[in-house]
Amino acid sequence: MYNKGTIIPGLVIFVLLVTFPIWFNAFSTASTVPKLELPPGGEKECVASATEMRAKHMVLLNEWRDDVLRSANKTAVTVGGKEYRRGLQTACMQCHTNKDKFCDSCHTYTSVNVYCWDCHLTPDVAAAKKETH
Amino acid sequence: MDKQRRTFLKLAGATALAGLSAPVVVNLNATPAMASAAAAGHGEETRQGMRLGLLIDMRKLYGRTDLLDKATEACHRVHNVPKIEGKKSEIKWIWKTAYANAFIDQSVNHASKITRESEFLVLCNHCDQPPCVRVCPTKATFVEKKTGIVAMDYHRCIGCRFCMMGCPYGARSFNWMDPQPLLKSVNPDFPARMRGVVEKCNFCGERLARGQEPACVEAVKEVGAIIFGDLNDPNSEIRKVLDREHTIQRNAALGTKPSVFYIV
Repeated sequence: MYNKGTIIPGLVIFVLLVTFPIWFNAFSTASTVPKLELPPGGEKECVASATEMRAKHMVLLNEWRDDVLRSANKTAVTVGGKEYRRGLQTACMQCHTNKDKFCDSCHTYTSVNVYCWDCHLTPDVAAAKKETH
Repeated sequence: MDKQRRTFLKLAGATALAGLSAPVVVNLNATPAMASAAAAGHGEETRQGMRLGLLIDMRKLYGRTDLLDKATEACHRVHNVPKIEGKKSEIKWIWKTAYANAFIDQSVNHASKITRESEFLVLCNHCDQPPCVRVCPTKATFVEKKTGIVAMDYHRCIGCRFCMMGCPYGARSFNWMDPQPLLKSVNPDFPARMRGVVEKCNFCGERLARGQEPACVEAVKEVGAIIFGDLNDPNSEIRKVLDREHTIQRNAALGTKPSVFYIV
């Protein structure tokens, strides 16, 4: 091989540069995988298993929305002996009362912009402005 | 050559005759179809099954502006409707207005003092033939088949405001600004809306599902001025009152078949 002394160090530098994001991320602390927490109320059960919810909660929310709103099947779900009216505010956020930890931590990490809260009231707003009478 | 021209002229004449008589044939065929369409348009209710409706007995509400305000307040509180001043930006699901505005086609000269001076409770009529549903390009406004409620899916509304043009009752309001910061208190069980969507009365579909009455009905319960029920059920309370009393509807001549009735 001609110019072995230049080509091999050149290749090494090239590979290092191309793989920069991978090894930089491995040692950097700029972003950490969100740490999940169970609901503060101590509820252990959800409408589906944790893996299923993690993968398909958005599908479930859409199905609930269409069923409750468009088909007018305003039925409840029973989880752990307690009835919840299907809906983001009336079911999910009843246990997962911390939106920052439950929703935002993962959505921010994965750069997902949800528009739920354009209309739906966050537990914080609901609690702060809850009418007293 | 001459002979050919002769045949051509004959043929042309025959074609012209056929062309002239064609509309007659088409018209003859069209008549039965049009007749049946007319029968359906002016006949009885077309939709079967449950059809929820409201009867407002104004005799119990004359001079009781406090009750009208109470109904509005109750409705707007449970549905997170903000209070915005000004005709352009205000959001209203149920409100009070003068007779001449509520019953445009039925206002007369020399109306009685009580008619002239009273205010009437108006809201979405949940029509059997709703123009807002016909014009909605995204089907954000639709008829709930189970109940006959003209409902809205705010997830789908793109804010084009065709429905506001379509509705002859002005029952729809547009969110010109984000309503959430304007809410002083909220009902945590119901969502708010966002900037750029249209909203209106939903006949308290969410309360009915829980076995509650609509908020306005509950608010004026002390005088029993509003009766809510199934218009297609001959044994319902509302039907019994409708059978007994003379009632009017807002702009019935438009053929929208409102589900809100008035005793004035």
